[in-house]
Parts: sequence; C-alpha cells; structure tokens
Amino acid sequence: MPRLLELVLNDRKRVDAVPDNLLLLDYLREVTGLTGTKTGCDGGECGACTVLVDDKPVLSCLTFAASVAGCKIDTVESLGRDGQLSAVQRGFHEKLGSQCGYCTPGFIMATVGLLRSNPNPTDDDILDALGGNICRCTGYVKIIEAVKYAAGLQAQGVAP
Amino acid sequence: MNKPVPMQDVVPAHNIGDYVPLVDGPEKVSGRAKYTADILSPNMLAGRIYRSPYSHAEILDVDISEALNLPGVKAIVTGADCDKTFGVLPIARSEHPLARGRVRYRGEPVAAVAAIDDATAREAIRRIKMTVRELPAYYTSQAAMAPDAVQLHDKRPGNLERDVFFELGNVDNAFADADLVREGVYNCPEVCQVQMEMHAAIADYDAVRDRITVHASTQVPYYVHLMLSDILDMDMSRIRVIKPHVGGGFGCRTETLNVELITALLARKAGGAVRTVVNREETFITHRGRPETDVRLKIGMKKDGRITGVECEAIQRGGAHSGYGVVTILYAGSMLYAIYDLKNVKYIGKRVLTNTPPCGAFRGHGTVDVRFAFESLLDQMAHEMGIDPFAVRRANLLEAPTFTDNDLMVNSYGLPECLDIVEKASGWQERKGKLPGTGSLKKGLGMACSHYISGASKPVNWTGEPHATVKIKVDFDGSLVVMSGAADIGQGSSTILVQAVAEVLGLDMSRVRVVTGDSEVVPKDNGSYSSRVTFMVGNAAIDAARNLKALFIKAAARKLDARPEDIECLGEIYRAGAQDKGATFEEVVMEALKDSGTITVTGNYSTIPESHGGKKYRGSAIGGTMGYSYSAQVVEVTVDEETGVVTVDNVWVAHDCGKALNRLSVEGQVQGSVWMGMGQAMSEETGYHDGLLVTANMLDYRVPTIQDSPPIETYIVESNDPHGPFGAKEAGEGSLAAFLPALTNAIHDAIGIRFNDLPVTPDRVYEAIEKKKRAKARGKTNGSAS
Repeated sequence: MPRLLELVLNDRKRVDAVPDNLLLLDYLREVTGLTGTKTGCDGGECGACTVLVDDKPVLSCLTFAASVAGCKIDTVESLGRDGQLSAVQRGFHEKLGSQCGYCTPGFIMATVGLLRSNPNPTDDDILDALGGNICRCTGYVKIIEAVKYAAGLQAQGVAP
Repeated sequence: MNKPVPMQDVVPAHNIGDYVPLVDGPEKVSGRAKYTADILSPNMLAGRIYRSPYSHAEILDVDISEALNLPGVKAIVTGADCDKTFGVLPIARSEHPLARGRVRYRGEPVAAVAAIDDATAREAIRRIKMTVRELPAYYTSQAAMAPDAVQLHDKRPGNLERDVFFELGNVDNAFADADLVREGVYNCPEVCQVQMEMHAAIADYDAVRDRITVHASTQVPYYVHLMLSDILDMDMSRIRVIKPHVGGGFGCRTETLNVELITALLARKAGGAVRTVVNREETFITHRGRPETDVRLKIGMKKDGRITGVECEAIQRGGAHSGYGVVTILYAGSMLYAIYDLKNVKYIGKRVLTNTPPCGAFRGHGTVDVRFAFESLLDQMAHEMGIDPFAVRRANLLEAPTFTDNDLMVNSYGLPECLDIVEKASGWQERKGKLPGTGSLKKGLGMACSHYISGASKPVNWTGEPHATVKIKVDFDGSLVVMSGAADIGQGSSTILVQAVAEVLGLDMSRVRVVTGDSEVVPKDNGSYSSRVTFMVGNAAIDAARNLKALFIKAAARKLDARPEDIECLGEIYRAGAQDKGATFEEVVMEALKDSGTITVTGNYSTIPESHGGKKYRGSAIGGTMGYSYSAQVVEVTVDEETGVVTVDNVWVAHDCGKALNRLSVEGQVQGSVWMGMGQAMSEETGYHDGLLVTANMLDYRVPTIQDSPPIETYIVESNDPHGPFGAKEAGEGSLAAFLPALTNAIHDAIGIRFNDLPVTPDRVYEAIEKKKRAKARGKTNGSAS
C-alpha cells in the first residue's frame, strides 16, 4: 500500500506517495531522480548506496523509505556550496580517492558522516568508518589520503 | 579574453609528469556522473533475463506462452529470435545471445522479457518453462578432457578450445646443462573482476527510421557496435553506441556481453526503449574472469643463478564458450619471455571448455598465474642454492634493446632499477631473515617481479586502419575539443588525452575538452584493454595536436607577416622572434578559421611491424607490443601460527612505466593492481555447486576491505621508451602479478612453508602449519629424519 512519506531530502522538504516495501535506495534513484546514490550489490555487501539519515551513514539498500519518515536525508548531491566542492569531495577528487567513481558517492557519504561526528579521525577511526565500503580500483591507499586531506580542509573551515 | 601578460613571462604551459586530478573527477564526486543504470526515462521498459537452471542440456522446448499472457509484457525473445553468434575473436564466435539447441552453463541466458516495470518482468520470467534432456556436465578441466566426455561444441574434440605447443631452443639439453633442476605444481583458482558497477544496457529502437541507440557499460564500444550489427543483422550506420561513465571493468567488459545484445533484441521486438540492469549475482555469472589455471613448471639453473631452460604446462578451465580463450592460453606461454633472458623454453598450453560460465580477459590477461608459478619456483631454487632472490633475478636480466627468442621487441627495460629501488626501500639486505617475531607471530619478507604489454601490437579485429585515431575540433569559441573512441572506465584515459594535447600546444589543460564514447561523433577506437590507450591513443593525440599546431603556426605566420619556420609557439602567444609582440592564441585561432570556417584535425598511430611478434609458432603474434612495463615488489608479512592469519604489513613496489605522464594516476593504477593481486593471492576464488556459482556475491567472494589492505609504497621508474608517448608505457596491469609470488615467498620466509595453491586463506595456512607440526612430531617419535 502506498503511503505518504514526508522527509527532508538534501535540505528540501518533500512529500511523496511511496509503497511500503520501497527501498530508500530505489526511492532516491527512481522517485526523486537523485541517481548519485549507487546500487552495487544485491543487498548490504558493498556500501555504494550509503546515505546519511539524521547525519548517520546507513545503507539505503537495506532501509525502507517508509522507515525514514520525518528524518533528514543527505545524499552526495547535497554536498558543495556556492559552486565549490566540499572538503570530502575535494579530497576524493584531488587525491584520486575516486577512479571509476562508482563507489565514490558511498565512500564520500560515509566519510562525511565520520567527519561530522569526529572531525579529527585517527587511522583506525577511518578504517572503522569505511570498513563496509568496497572500492575495486584504488586499493584504498588514496582513499585514506583523501579522507585525511578532507579532515585538514575541514579544520581550515571548509564544510565536509 | 585573458589579461595581457608581459612578454618575458609568457612560457608554454606544461603538465606532463605532474600530479593531475582526473578531468572527470568533479562529476564523480558530486553524483553528476551518469552511468548506464542512471539514465532513466519514463517510457523505458524493464528488461530481465531468464537463465538456464541446467549446466549442460539439450533444449527441447522453451515455453513462453504463460509469460506472454501476462498484462504489461511487451516482448519476449528466445534463441528462436536470433541464429547469429558472437564472440571477441573472429575465429571463435561460439556464443548465441540467447541459447539455441543447447545450454552449456548454469545461468546461460535462454530468454528475456521486456515489460512495463521490473515487477512485471520478474513475474514473466517466473512463468517461462524450459524442457530439456540433460547431458553430462564437466566442472573441471580434467573431467572435460576425459576421453569419453561429451563434446560441448562441434569442432572442439576433447573439449580443447586450443592446444598450444612450442619449443624454442632445446630444453632437454638445457636441463642436462643445469646445476639444479626443480619442478613445481601450482593451482590458481578462478577469480572475477567484481567491478563496482553491475552490467547494464539501454537500447532504444526507432522503428520509423529502423535505427537503434545502445548505451552500454563497456570497455570497447567499437566491439559492441560490431557485434550489434552482426546479431541484429543491421548496417553499422544504423546503430549508435554510447558509452556513459563506466564503473570499472578490469577486462570483463572488453568482450561484448550478452546483456547488451539481448537488450537490443528486446528493444527491436518491443519497438521501443528497454533498460536491463542485471544484479550482482548475474554480473558474476556473466563472468569473463581469470580461468582456474593449473601450472606445471620446471626450471634448470646454474650455480650462479642463470636460468638454462624452462618447461611450462598451463591448463586453463575456460568455461563454456570460446571467448578470449585462444589469446589467454597463448599469452600464458609467450609472456614467459620479455622479462628475463630465456633461451630454451618449452610451453604446453591447454584451453579447456567446461560447463562453467565463460572466462575472459582479466587484468594481467594470461600472464598472472604462470608468473606466480615462475617467481615462486625461482625463489625456491634461489633458497636451495643459497643465492639471494634479488641476485637470481639480476643473473637473468635482459639487455635492451633486444628481441627475445620468441621475437618480442624490448626497447626499454627498467627492471634493474625497479629491483634496486625496492631492495633498498624495504631494507631487504639488512632485514631479510632478521625480522623479530613474537610468540606465535612470525614475520617474513618476499620479493618477485612481473611485466605486461602496452597494448597488443596486432588488434584482434584488425581491418587495416591505423591502430588509434584522434580528432581535434576547433571552432569560433577557441576551445579545443578532443574526440576519441577510447573508453575511460576510471583509469583516466580522458585525462591523458587532454594532457597530451595541452602539452603539445603549450596550453593550460582548461583550454581542452574531451568527448568520448559516442559513435555518432568520435572515431573508432579498439578500446580500453591490454593497457593500450595511453600508448596508442596517447600517441595519436600527440600526432593530432602536432597537426593542429602546424595549422596554427601557418595562421600565425600569415597574421604576423612572417615565415612559418620563424614562428615560435608559446602556447598563449605565437610570435616571430623574441622582440615580436606576437599574436594571442585567440587571434591565431580566428586567423586559422578564415580558411575553412571550422577546423578538424586528425592524428593517427600505428604499431611497427617489428613489434608484431614472429612466426616461430602458431599464435606467436600474441605477446607482441610496442613496450613492456616492468615491476618489482617486496612484501612484508606477519603470520600468526596459532590462527593461520596472514597480515600484509607493507608492500614496496617499483613500476617502470617509461614516463609517468600523470603521477597521480600512475600511483593509483599501480596501487590498484598490487591490491587486486592481493585479493587473488589471499581471499578471492569462485566456488560452484553442481555448476551453480555459489560465491556470486561480495560476502562469499571475498574482495579485501579497507581494513584488510596494507600501505603500498609506490615508486615510479622512468625508462623513457623510444616509441612511447613522451616516453610512456603501461601502468595499470604490470604490477598485479608480482604480488602473488612475493606474498607466498614472504610467507615461506616467515614460517618455512611454501604455498603453491591459491588463495592463501587462514584455514589453508593453519592446516599447513598443523601438518608440519604433526610431521615434525612423528619424526621425533619415529626417530627418523625427513
């Protein structure tokens, strides 16, 4: 049965009629047209679909859209201000934390979630926060560099 | 317009050798990059594939009547809709997009549905019924090669896709001449690319004009174009292929995949647009990974470490169709060469057809498993002879320029420098054998080398044109638009093209844009595989930029009333001598446009015949390239003898890429290769149950996470290849193979056990340690030495 879903998506209030069994991932991609969030597996294996629900990273492929009613949802499309890339976006771009780019939105949102709650993460904090995200291109070396660089930019006042 | 710049400050811009972020990076980090599955439009139908539940069976009937009756189903296609075959090698096109007559692996496409939405398409798939007569199925190379085995394909007796044999020199004499001869048997299980983007295709058929547009997640849009033309029986000019952003490939998208062809067949039958996005399990089953390979390797060695001869047998379990098989089994033999100075080599290669999904070209195509065996056995023999593993490699180095015994052309050879760098950086001489372990934790160091081609010198679908072609378009806005068919799949090829053109013209990269992957506007390209793009398309881009520069110089000469040979190009300024105020780039462009109104220049590149490999044995062109990359690695491990867990503490890798055009990309490519080698060495392998791929997800097929992954200290060696673009060679594959043997050699250093079977999982290590302990204990009680 469809029901009305009210939420704040990327700082914008929305109301949509969605079926009870619609996944948040499919809601984002197919109902709202925000295709930055990616499908990389058959459920909970890869982290490509990571978005923030009330600032906490969740796998949108394991979350019903109906379950986030009233929540604040942030996707990769929410980042960047005034035409400038955000700190985490700059990290992944400038340090080559992104090659093919397919896992990137998930990694970026997991990193944003980390830096919002922990602006000075240790190496272990970074590995813990990104342990559920798979990248097949980088070997993760430059992803770690990207996250550290982003934390430095954030310390200088750039939004994560 | 740019602000006026004082004359003395005008210098041409340079970017080659810099750390250059990818030109399409901003799209990727903002979610704006569109991959095939991201292209949605309201009237698209959803495509779904019905796959065989049988491993090997004769198809008696495919009943689609109940599915067709389902409201919302717009088209169903089966093998009856297409009697054509496809395949990457013109000599071995064995596959139908939808099986006809027989299914040969579990998961092979049999029928496909286009419906108004995905739920309807799924329900329709459930209603399809297939009646068969089952045939014996073979899941191992040995079973398929058994004398009484049923043949999978006509004209492939013994289920051998290709039987390769060559002997160059005399191996028996070489072994007789050796001080030590050793033989090892190695097993490398099948592995998959697991690129992050699952396969997807969109086909839009325009019935009024009889034209079709296909978006495909491919590495080679040209092959897709070619195969669509064959399969649809449509003229190439009626087909448009678009490659959007692609989420990795690592070789599995080099071949045209059934997904693209089936989607096109559906779209034509439905008379509209169909989007098929297969799931992760189906992406695994579509496969094209590295075949399971059994290697038997024998090496003869002199006391000083020189190799006298090599005998290698490789058996690849290729899966149910020909695919790249012939090429893969040939690479495994030919690439024994071109890394060390080998004189007497015998190679026996068998590519076997089995009832498993078809294998293909995986990063390091054909070379990885044999290199694992080779570098493992070298380490073992060095150990036995009391020679340092580095010294054994140094005793067998090539001297470039040279041709190998199998006629491969080696012009630049940075392996000696790679060895020096990782030996020093890892502290090998001081630390090898002296690493302190504590309790059950044992430490070790291991090293190995590997190499790879910079594109095959003879493309598989060669029709005589140049190997690579690039266009540059200039119009009234003064922007330079590079147009290329080279597919950027994340490796950064579009960035290299922009870099090359900007460098030749002395311009900032922001002046140059790049358009790729749309057959309507870009020239044909042989695609992104075997690390050919930087070398071949890079050279073509340089050629195009030089042609453009010549036009600009001619225009500047006219504008400045000077002779063309007196014009100096400073990028933003063209001038006739140091005292001349000159003309700005914009002015030169305007002058040049006066001739033709629009400017399009082309640039080409072709390999030289000397690089095509010889004629010493059938298939000897495979392995020929314009330049080989080289890699040396040291791996440091900690092995926990109580749990069998191996931790990679550090990796030192030096890669000879000729010249790093983009240091950021080269580092990223080398690290990615090393890490992918680590996955194959430590955790990745497919598993089947009665032909069902039971590891078709990322939990059972264990791709390393960030927590499993080591630091990788990356060093770049620049041997400046005489033919490479600005001296460059490949950077994205050659460092993969060395990781595998460097790891097992390090484990041997730590605990004294050699692992010839991959992957080296904790349970395997634990079992081997326990076995050794038991043997030791038995030795004590029996009082016998072993």
